[in-house]
Amino acid sequence: MNATILTVDDSRTMRDMLRMALTDAGFRVIQAEDGLHGLDVLRQEMPEVIITDINMPRMDGFGFIEAVRQDAKYRAVPILVLTTESDEEKKLRARRAGATGWIVKPFDPVKLVSAIRRVAA
Amino acid sequence: MDPMAEIRLTFFQECEEQLTALENGLLGMQEGSADSELVNAVFRAVHSIKGGAGAFKLNTLVSFAHVFETALDKVRSGSIVPDADAMKLFLRAADALSDLVSASRDGAVLDTAPYAAIEEEFDALLGGAGGAAEDDDFQSLDFQPVTTAFSGEDAAPEATTAPARSSFLIRFRPLRELFAKANDPLALFRELTRLGRLQAQCDIKNLPFLDTMEPEDSYLSWELRLESDCDIAAVKEVFDFVDGDCDLSIEVGLPAQPAVMAAAPEASGPPPRIVQDGQADVAVPPPSVAPLPAPAEAEAAAQPKASARTAVQPTIRVDLDRVDRLINLVGELVINQAMLTQRVLHSSHVRDREVTSSLEELERLTREIQESVMAIRAQPVRPLFQRMSRIVREVADATGKDVRLRTEGEATEVDKTVVELLADPLTHMIRNAVDHGLETPEQRIAAGKAPEGTVRLAAAHRSGRVIIEVSDDGAGINRPRVLQKAIANGLVPPDSQLNDSEIDNLLFLPGFSTAQSISNISGRGVGMDVVKRSIQALGGRISIASSPGQGSTFTLSLPLTLAVLDGIVVTVDEQTFVIPLTAIVETVKHEQSRIHHVGEHSFVLRVRDVLVPLIDVGAELGVRPPANQVRSGVAILIETANGSRSALLVDNIQDQRQVVIKSLETNYKRVDGIAAATILGDGRVAMILDVDALVGLRHHDWSSTEIPFAKAS
Repeated sequence: MNATILTVDDSRTMRDMLRMALTDAGFRVIQAEDGLHGLDVLRQEMPEVIITDINMPRMDGFGFIEAVRQDAKYRAVPILVLTTESDEEKKLRARRAGATGWIVKPFDPVKLVSAIRRVAA
Repeated sequence: MDPMAEIRLTFFQECEEQLTALENGLLGMQEGSADSELVNAVFRAVHSIKGGAGAFKLNTLVSFAHVFETALDKVRSGSIVPDADAMKLFLRAADALSDLVSASRDGAVLDTAPYAAIEEEFDALLGGAGGAAEDDDFQSLDFQPVTTAFSGEDAAPEATTAPARSSFLIRFRPLRELFAKANDPLALFRELTRLGRLQAQCDIKNLPFLDTMEPEDSYLSWELRLESDCDIAAVKEVFDFVDGDCDLSIEVGLPAQPAVMAAAPEASGPPPRIVQDGQADVAVPPPSVAPLPAPAEAEAAAQPKASARTAVQPTIRVDLDRVDRLINLVGELVINQAMLTQRVLHSSHVRDREVTSSLEELERLTREIQESVMAIRAQPVRPLFQRMSRIVREVADATGKDVRLRTEGEATEVDKTVVELLADPLTHMIRNAVDHGLETPEQRIAAGKAPEGTVRLAAAHRSGRVIIEVSDDGAGINRPRVLQKAIANGLVPPDSQLNDSEIDNLLFLPGFSTAQSISNISGRGVGMDVVKRSIQALGGRISIASSPGQGSTFTLSLPLTLAVLDGIVVTVDEQTFVIPLTAIVETVKHEQSRIHHVGEHSFVLRVRDVLVPLIDVGAELGVRPPANQVRSGVAILIETANGSRSALLVDNIQDQRQVVIKSLETNYKRVDGIAAATILGDGRVAMILDVDALVGLRHHDWSSTEIPFAKAS
């Protein structure tokens, strides 16, 4: 699997962890620090899957997902949201915004990859 | 370093940043800012710490952050309005969180009682058991360590070893919402094949003709048969993400038949097959809907990107060693440039205007490089000031005083080392300001003041130095009491007539304490004398201004950097010395009529009717023997850090310039009276005088020769 994954998270720790887990699983990882930055990166890259945090400065995960879904070019890109616990309300909000699935933090690499497999075309 | 250790390091670095953001935000909220982004930032900080902590199984930290975060979330959603008490709780929680982070980082054993107490207060704030139950639930989560090595394939169960295989009949009809969220039935089916043997049959009977087909609608449904040893939960989990976006039924327990294939085709459609691309065309909008941006469009799209970049200042992290090496090299460059200039100007090229203007340009550039490099080490005092707000809270709590800390000029930048070394003295001064400076609320009300006292902490750049002021609006220094105490302690003679400023400066004498009892706040065995010495060690000065009933202000004046120093280059018996400019008051004429002989090799100089010791630098440092007659030369009036004045006698003044400080201790050894060395433009080494030590040496001499200064006047 050499698919490209875009991770959007304001926490360096989380970005580093995602990068480690995803690179180990053979993915190519590109990163962004918040929603706006994520949209920037999307202008240059077409990732197979996007993983995004919800609570971020400048543009949060909900805004980011909505913006991605509004763009015809990216509406079919699967988006997984990172939720800290199984926060139903945020999960539902993210789904309404157009999230494809979710990953519960702290994530287990095996489950992370299985979540990606379930959404990656 | 192993990658996890590295990420752990990143996590704790990030925690520091988040804690700073947290405290900033909370203070902003306390100031009454209604900015919702502020609350968001506060929430995010705690949330982010919790997220990282979870990954490292720092469960105490996680559960505390969780309770904190829950409360902040309620503030964010507006269901809690943070009153003054709530804000105090938040600030205390932020302090506790900071302690927890430190303890987690150092692996320290924790006394959980204070955290439990704060958690209880949060529960009360949240209105009872709701939060607590959720919390217990959360704590029971077992965090998986993320160090597990894996490859994508390892996760697949081994179907062949399955003892009890069961069969599942899955009826699946995706709705258009499923596709709108970019879910893809194919990916789900592929995932099912990992659980066991899968057969899928697609029902296309609802598929309309092409001309009436809505490309984003869903027309297909599937009947899937899965033979697997996994339980139904595993099958359901595959469909987790599409729950609610499809019609789904899963039947279990059908006997596993080898001839599922034969049983399946009841529909009259095409023969069953493992679905491949059929529905992918439906999921992905046709190309016409998603045109690639035209070049012009792409360019336009690139525009906001540039502005987004400038919004977030990019930074890099560099080892301090590298910066210091660079600073050192630039120091050498400055010296070299000065030498070059001097040599060229002394040679025959002197009339060549191009050469001289090039040299001037080189000097300007060198200086600019030096300033830029120094700026790398410069850091805003903000983090330091923020630490002080915690000190204020702690002392205010312990003394029962109402205190507000006002900070100004937090963006003022100072050398990193100065910032670090300033922490202790500043902490002590802040403690003093709250403990000794401010009155109790009752006393304040009696004095007609607001019950809440204010401590102000301000930083500013002023004429090449950093000025830091710590002031309070308390009762001011109780001068009669200070004097009484100083007399009682034998620090000054009983009949001393001291002016206000002299009395104020008694506070800096070793062993002075005005507190009625040694409180556990300020009196930690450290007096203002230690504060003063720490400031002096940084090349700084401290002064007091106080007015009764209105408060006191302590002013620190500090150098911007410890690497360069402004000094006056002087000659003594053909040796070159540098006197730090900060110590110099003025140069004075030393006519014989103004000089008084007060003993063997001892002289005083009269400067505007005040007698000051006249110190022959050459004799003091052993460059030449002491003389009984005052030599000709120049007297430089200096003020030591404790405010006493002396005159230094040198042969002549060469220049005033900035010099790069080279440690004498690391390159040679410590020498009394010498602070450091430097290399001058002509390549010669010059000693930088330690003015305070020089005067100290002198005092020592006097006591040994028993000629008290008082007798001379």
